[in-house]
Formats: sequence, structure tokens, C-alpha cells
Amino acid sequence: MNAPSSPPVAGSTRVSIRNLKFYYGTHQVLQGVSLDIPAFQVTALIGPSGCGKTTLLRCLNRMHDLYPGNRYEGVIRLQPGDTDILGPGVDPIQVRMRCGMVFQKPNPFPKSIYENVAYGLRLQGMNRRRDLDERVEKALREAALWEEVKSRLHQLAHNLSGGQQQRLCIARAIATNPDVVLFDEPTSALDPIATSKIEELIVELKKRVTVIIVTHNLQQAGRISDMTAFMYLGELIEFGETNRVFTNPAKPQTEDYISGRFG
Amino acid sequence: MLPETIILDLERRAHRRRGIDRWFGRLGMVLTLITLGILAVLLLNLAVSGLARIDWHFLTSFPSRRAAEAGILSAWVGTLLLMVVTASVAIPFGIAAGIYLEEYAPKNKWTDFIEINIANLAGVPSILYGLMALGLFVYSFRFGQSILSGGLALACLVLPIVIVATRESLRSIPATIREAAFALGATRWQAVWHHLLPYSTGGIATGVILAMSRAIGESAPLITIGALTFIAFLPPPAVISHPPFLSFEWLFSPYSALPIQMFNWVSRPGEEFHANAAAAGLVLMVITLSMNGVAILIRRRAQRNIHW
Repeated sequence: MNAPSSPPVAGSTRVSIRNLKFYYGTHQVLQGVSLDIPAFQVTALIGPSGCGKTTLLRCLNRMHDLYPGNRYEGVIRLQPGDTDILGPGVDPIQVRMRCGMVFQKPNPFPKSIYENVAYGLRLQGMNRRRDLDERVEKALREAALWEEVKSRLHQLAHNLSGGQQQRLCIARAIATNPDVVLFDEPTSALDPIATSKIEELIVELKKRVTVIIVTHNLQQAGRISDMTAFMYLGELIEFGETNRVFTNPAKPQTEDYISGRFG
Repeated sequence: MLPETIILDLERRAHRRRGIDRWFGRLGMVLTLITLGILAVLLLNLAVSGLARIDWHFLTSFPSRRAAEAGILSAWVGTLLLMVVTASVAIPFGIAAGIYLEEYAPKNKWTDFIEINIANLAGVPSILYGLMALGLFVYSFRFGQSILSGGLALACLVLPIVIVATRESLRSIPATIREAAFALGATRWQAVWHHLLPYSTGGIATGVILAMSRAIGESAPLITIGALTFIAFLPPPAVISHPPFLSFEWLFSPYSALPIQMFNWVSRPGEEFHANAAAAGLVLMVITLSMNGVAILIRRRAQRNIHW
């Protein structure tokens, strides 16, 4: 299931998006976006509500396939393997196993903490208790949750606090060693302390996985991302190193948005 | 600062509105009490006339010409077997149809049309199901006036209830839970089997039990397809002493059922038979109420661990 060849080194392109258009029925939401997302870095998608950043994120794991009337055009190539995510022969289930996702609101299954983390592994056919135990522990450690839950792995996930639940969802997403983890405004439902823990975690995660995060919170994008893409009305306006985009934006719309003049 | 006249006027209006509010509360309470009262009188009446008749003999005897010797053995066995047939058809078909409509079917005009008509089916008078079953099961399929025909008729009758209950419990699961499963690479079936069904067990089980308690009290469709009112024997046993040890002959046996037996006794002249009818009614009530009780228990248990 995991990467067959040696993984790309930091800085090389993990996901290459070319002329991506997306339609909800007849309504076009993405107007031909092209973007190269570097491996082992955090890439933030920012922009005002309705700019298409979440739509773009959900193209990367083909979530739009779940609902009728949606249509993609363009190419998204995922490394290693040069898989065309939108290609006709590509199984969205394979794509989703390589691109994990963390959602806006923590959405653990109403099962035990252990079963939440083990679920993706079980889907990939891992059944042996010892293997599962090992991988569940590893994922929980990487999600900085192990110490808090190790004594109650078999209790319900819903007894955890909101921030813990979100870290559990991160553990669930990374347990299967995906190539990319997609974060869709992961802290918008959390308090500042829980938020800062998630942010630290995301920065830590990029050592082993490529992170793409949609955020409404510009400070957050500034704190944790290496690259920032600013989108407006379904188009990619500007893409570059976060420092440069925030301090010296090339486009007037970017500057207006970052300085709080709209959005 | 408002002029005093306006303040007075506001107070007057507020007083009036509070009055209406209070009155509706009282009216609602009275109407609720009346409804409950009628139900209580009904039950009490049944108990007064029937309770004295209920004993071991009543439960283990066949019907008889003499009211004092008559019992409900063939009736409750018939009811039980009908429910076995009804449940084993209505539960799998209803749940499968509910899952299909909610999770698999495309949302378009066709499925809207089907949805409306399933709701309509739930409202079709039960005697029409009887007529349908008479033509289809009794004559076309040649199942005869048997437990099988009766059970299938009742299954058709309650199928919409099971479908609607299944759909509603699936619909109450937030979309984010489905997406969580799909995002990890689950197929639609895996999402249903690992998540959606376990999380909706409470609602589905409640719907199933309510459907069964609806079916158990039905008499019109059974009369239409020829349940007998006087049966002095039991259907052949399902477990037999020689291989293959299971027999399905009972499916084709004639039968009676509790509501049918009641109907028969009520329509006879004579107080003693009316007492028998009340006693049989009491037994039916106890069965129905305990099924509803089980439904409540299952819902409580199943939902204890599930909060969204």
C-alpha cells in the first residue's frame, strides 16, 4: 500500500496540479488552478470564504466523488508513482489511502480510541493484533496523544476533549503512512490552547509526511506553513514561500487580503 | 424614555399575550389527560372483563363450543408463527431497501417518486394488502390459506415502516462520519457495514419492533386471505426426529391468530364468549406493550455510546 519507490526528498514536488477545473453541476468553482506542492513541507491554502480552497483540497482525495453532479477537469499528479489522481483508471479508494484527511470538526467514530486509529489499518487488511497494537501506538505517539490515552485505549473516543479528539483524528489519518495529509481548517472548532497543540503537531508531522492545510486564520498560515497559496474566486492568485507572500506579496489582491482589507 | 401611555399599553399587550400562552398550556394538558384517560378506561375495561378468564387452561386449550372450556392455544401459536414469517421477510427486505435508498440510490426524480410512494404505501388500508395477498400468494403462487400467505401479507403491510425507520436512522448519522470512513479508503459497503448500520441499530430495531407490533394486531388482511376462526390443532412441528430434522410443512398449515380468535368470540352472542374475547385481547395487549418496552430498552442501550 505504501510508496513503492524511494520517497521524494524534501523540496521536490509531491503533488502537481495542472489546470484544475471543478464544477458543482453547472457551477464552475475552480477556474484552472496550477500548483506544485513540495514534499515534506506544509502548504497553506488561504483566501476568503467561497474562494475554492476547500474545494481544491477535496479534489486531492476525490471526496467530491461521493456526491452526484460533480465534475473534475485537469490533471493532478501524485508522487511517487506519477499517479494521475483524476485519471479515469484510478480508483478513488486507492487515492484516499495515500492522501489522508483531517476535517473541520473532530469526527471520531463512536468507537474506542484504539479502534478509531486502527480502522484505516484494518481497511488495508492488517488484522494481526500485534501489528495493530504497534501501529496504533506509533500513530498516537506521533499525534502527541499517547501519554494522555495509553491507559484508556479501549474507552470511547467521545469521552476525550475536543482538542484530543482532533489529535485522535490526526492519528487516525497518519496511522496508514499516507503520502499526503489534507487538513481542512482543523482548528476552527477548537480553543486557543488546543489550537496551538495542533499547530505544533503539524509542524512536527512534516518530517514524515506532506501537509496541505486550508485555513481561515492568517496568523496560523504564517506560523506553520512553508508555502502559501492565495486563492480568490476560484483562481490561484499567488503561490510562494510563506515569508515572501506575507511580507512582500506580488499581487495587489494578495496584499489586500493579507492586510485585512477584505475577506 | 417612553411616554407613560405607551408603557401602559405595552404592559396591557404583554399581559394579554401571556394569558393566551397560559391558556394554551392548560388546554393542552386537559386534552392530553382526556386521551390518556380514554386509553386507561379501555385497558381497565378489558382487564375487568377478561382478567378472570386468564389461566393456564385458557392458554393451553383449543377453542371450544363451550365458552368456559375454550382457550387460545392455536391462536397464539398461529400469531407466533405468523410473526416468524413476517419478521424474516420484512426485516431483511426493509433494511436492505432502506440502505439502498439512503446510501446507494442516486438522488433524482425517480428516487423522489419512490420515496413519496413508500410513504403512501404505509398509509394503504390493510384490507387492500389482504386482497393483494389473496390474488398473489394464495392463488397465483398457490401458497393456499396458509401461515406463509398470512405472514407474507403482513410483511408487505409493515415493510414501509421498516424502510422508513431504516432511512431515518441512517439519515440521522452526520455526513462527517461517512466522510471520515470514506477518507480512510472505505467502500460504500464498508462504510455501511462498519459504521452506519452499527450506529443506527437503535433506530432500526425500534422501527422493526414497532412494525411487528403493528402486524401482530392486524386482522383485516388475515380474514381476507382466509385465516380460520376455529382451529383445533397445531401446525406440524418445525423440528422433527429424523433427518434433516427441520421441517417447513408448518408454513403451509391452516392457522388462526389472536385478533382473529377475538373477532370470532366478539361476534358470538353470549357474555361468556365476550369475556373470552376480552381475555384474548388482554394477552394481545401484554404482548404488544412488552414489545414496545423492548424497543425502548434497545434504543436506550444502543444510543448510550453514541453522541454526535
